[in-house]
Amino acid sequence: MAVYINGIGTLSAQPPWNKEEVISVAKAYSGDKVSCVEPDYSQYLDVRQLRRMSRIIKMGMAAGIDALKEANLKVLDGIITGTSYGCLEDTGIFLSKMIENKENALNPTPFIQSTHNTIGSQIALMLQCQGYNQTYTQSGFSFENALVDAIMSIAENENQSILTGAIDEITLTSHNILRRFNMFRSVTNSLALFEIKGKGTIQGEGAAYFVLSGVAGADAVELATVNMLFQPTVDALREGIITCVDSTQVTMEDIDLVIVGKSGDTELDVLTDGLTSELFGKSTIARFKHLTGEFPTSSALAMALACRIVQAQRIPDVIVERDRQRSPKNVLIYNPYFGAYHSLIMLKSC
Amino acid sequence: MKGRVHVAGYGVITAIGNSVEDTVTSFKNESSGIGRISLFDSIYQDVLPVGEVKLSNDAIAEKFALDPRTTRTSLLGIHAAREAVLNSGINLQQWRCGLISATTVGGMDKTESFFENYLLNPNSGRLNKVVNHECGKTTELLAKYLGIHGFISTINTACSSSVNAIALGSRLIKHNHLDVVVAGGSDALSKFTLNGFNSLMILDKKPCKPFDAGRNGLNLGEGAGFVVIVSERVASHYGINSPCHVNGYANTNDAFHQTASSPEGRGSFSAMTSALKMAGLEPTDVDYINLHGTGTINNDISEGTAIKRLYGDHYPALSSTKAFTGHTLGASGGIEAVFSILAIRDNFVLPNLRFVNAIPELGIIPQTKFESKKKVKHVMSNSFGFGGNCSSIIFSANT
Repeated sequence: MAVYINGIGTLSAQPPWNKEEVISVAKAYSGDKVSCVEPDYSQYLDVRQLRRMSRIIKMGMAAGIDALKEANLKVLDGIITGTSYGCLEDTGIFLSKMIENKENALNPTPFIQSTHNTIGSQIALMLQCQGYNQTYTQSGFSFENALVDAIMSIAENENQSILTGAIDEITLTSHNILRRFNMFRSVTNSLALFEIKGKGTIQGEGAAYFVLSGVAGADAVELATVNMLFQPTVDALREGIITCVDSTQVTMEDIDLVIVGKSGDTELDVLTDGLTSELFGKSTIARFKHLTGEFPTSSALAMALACRIVQAQRIPDVIVERDRQRSPKNVLIYNPYFGAYHSLIMLKSC
Repeated sequence: MKGRVHVAGYGVITAIGNSVEDTVTSFKNESSGIGRISLFDSIYQDVLPVGEVKLSNDAIAEKFALDPRTTRTSLLGIHAAREAVLNSGINLQQWRCGLISATTVGGMDKTESFFENYLLNPNSGRLNKVVNHECGKTTELLAKYLGIHGFISTINTACSSSVNAIALGSRLIKHNHLDVVVAGGSDALSKFTLNGFNSLMILDKKPCKPFDAGRNGLNLGEGAGFVVIVSERVASHYGINSPCHVNGYANTNDAFHQTASSPEGRGSFSAMTSALKMAGLEPTDVDYINLHGTGTINNDISEGTAIKRLYGDHYPALSSTKAFTGHTLGASGGIEAVFSILAIRDNFVLPNLRFVNAIPELGIIPQTKFESKKKVKHVMSNSFGFGGNCSSIIFSANT
């Protein structure tokens, strides 16, 4: 049983990635956060629908619709979403109003749309998809949990197409609060995040949906495996990476490209750098969070980027850290999230 | 993909009891847990009744040597999950073990208090109050307390969440990814949810009357319910005398409206029929249905219509236990899974308190008395949520 990625839709701080040259232009930002480049949503939904939707729902809808379009699909068997923070904007609105109005005269709409499953259920409503509908919210594993579920679903019945993805947004409130935990630092050029040492990363956001199926479509990429390690020791992490690669019937030397989710927080990146150079001496090493910023479901954007790289057979210079001149067939994404969450996603060209 | 997934342990805490055995006693006495709000100040304190767990944060924290500033969702979760693990007698460290916990409010109880200061000045409010806001943090705290280092996951599909947690756990065992899974859910009462449901005008100002013609909304509740489910190998290793196994489950979407259920209950109908199909059972094989039965006009007519479509006039004993506990949101599926397991273990069916008159369009008369039966073999439990999420799960006796 193999699982294929047949369609991709993303929103990130970057202009859309494509199958031909992957990254046409990399956008630079200054400050301690990078926000999504958003499309004109009226291309996707009618104005009446849009008026009721919060920003994260629109982002999810646009990414989901793009993924379906690319897979040339109208009917879905299920929708699986990962989101760590969920619908923060509406949560913040309802909470603020409740306190300001002293519990009086509250509009229910932000409450209704505050639950994490609103994104997946709005997509189901739009597509009239009455199948499986699931939402995971486990910080740096939210997307990976969704992938594990999708892989099992396809093993249970391979003739299914399941829209699987992840999404997280920055709101003014979430930025204000998370900033106080000293998670972020201000930079003058986000693209140079890794060149200037310092504590903290830049906050990011994004949405990525994938059409996964047991049947390969045009330009499909194989999703070989997903693994998670929660608060591992360094030894357990090293062993976990080796076991994960081994489980996909390739050797460590067969990995052409490792996309590493180092964050730009110099202290946190020491472990990541040490492990990747120790384990992957022959692979090209790349990183992506100077493009997307750091957020709990950023690995979904890394997977989208990796798919485009496999499709184009081209690794853009802007992400390369150490080039070994290999054509990208086997790609490993290793994503650490603030030291506690470590995930591994392996893709293979078809 | 072979073998049964056995229920090896179960734990529960709600307004009607702090443990499994206390809960059984309350059911036998038909003693409801609905009462006045005491956990927080609210203008609705004397207006909207709720189902509070009769233990303060300090009391739970002291019992298990935890930080009393821990979110209530985590404290309740630890209380029930610990009971489930002790009840199973399994040494979690010995196996590939996972934790799947569902919640919808997460650390909202503390965030509310943080926000009062934050709104006055974005640099104020104690950060330790928001550090555990995310739903996933509840699971992290549970994992730490239980010593689970393998697979962790949090599900939030609104009020159907914890049925989906148990279903995911069962699948991870069937696919041979894990041997043992602690699965369920936890949700604390919060001002946020109280005001949210109140703004929707679906809270009853009196103790709720699920499936009654005169029903007028739901009462919120709180609590946690967890099961320990294991593979055949683990069950036989310990010689576990498991009362039942997870026999079927389904997760579907009504795809009708963000909060309202379709009048014909298409999501709930397909959740029940799919779960039955997976279990290889006919509808008539089911001995008891634990209804979602929130007590709102919309839910009960929609769910009842789906039951009528499935059974006609020959439905099995059925009841909503929310008149005892209140609607515990994301925890309800886990809590009611434990109730369903108890029905099989002790061969009883649970009463639907405060029922007087059948809903005229349906004529369904739920079980009104606590009743011991000769044999309760198959129990189906329903949980539905905002966003059209509908889930059903079936537990079947092992003998």
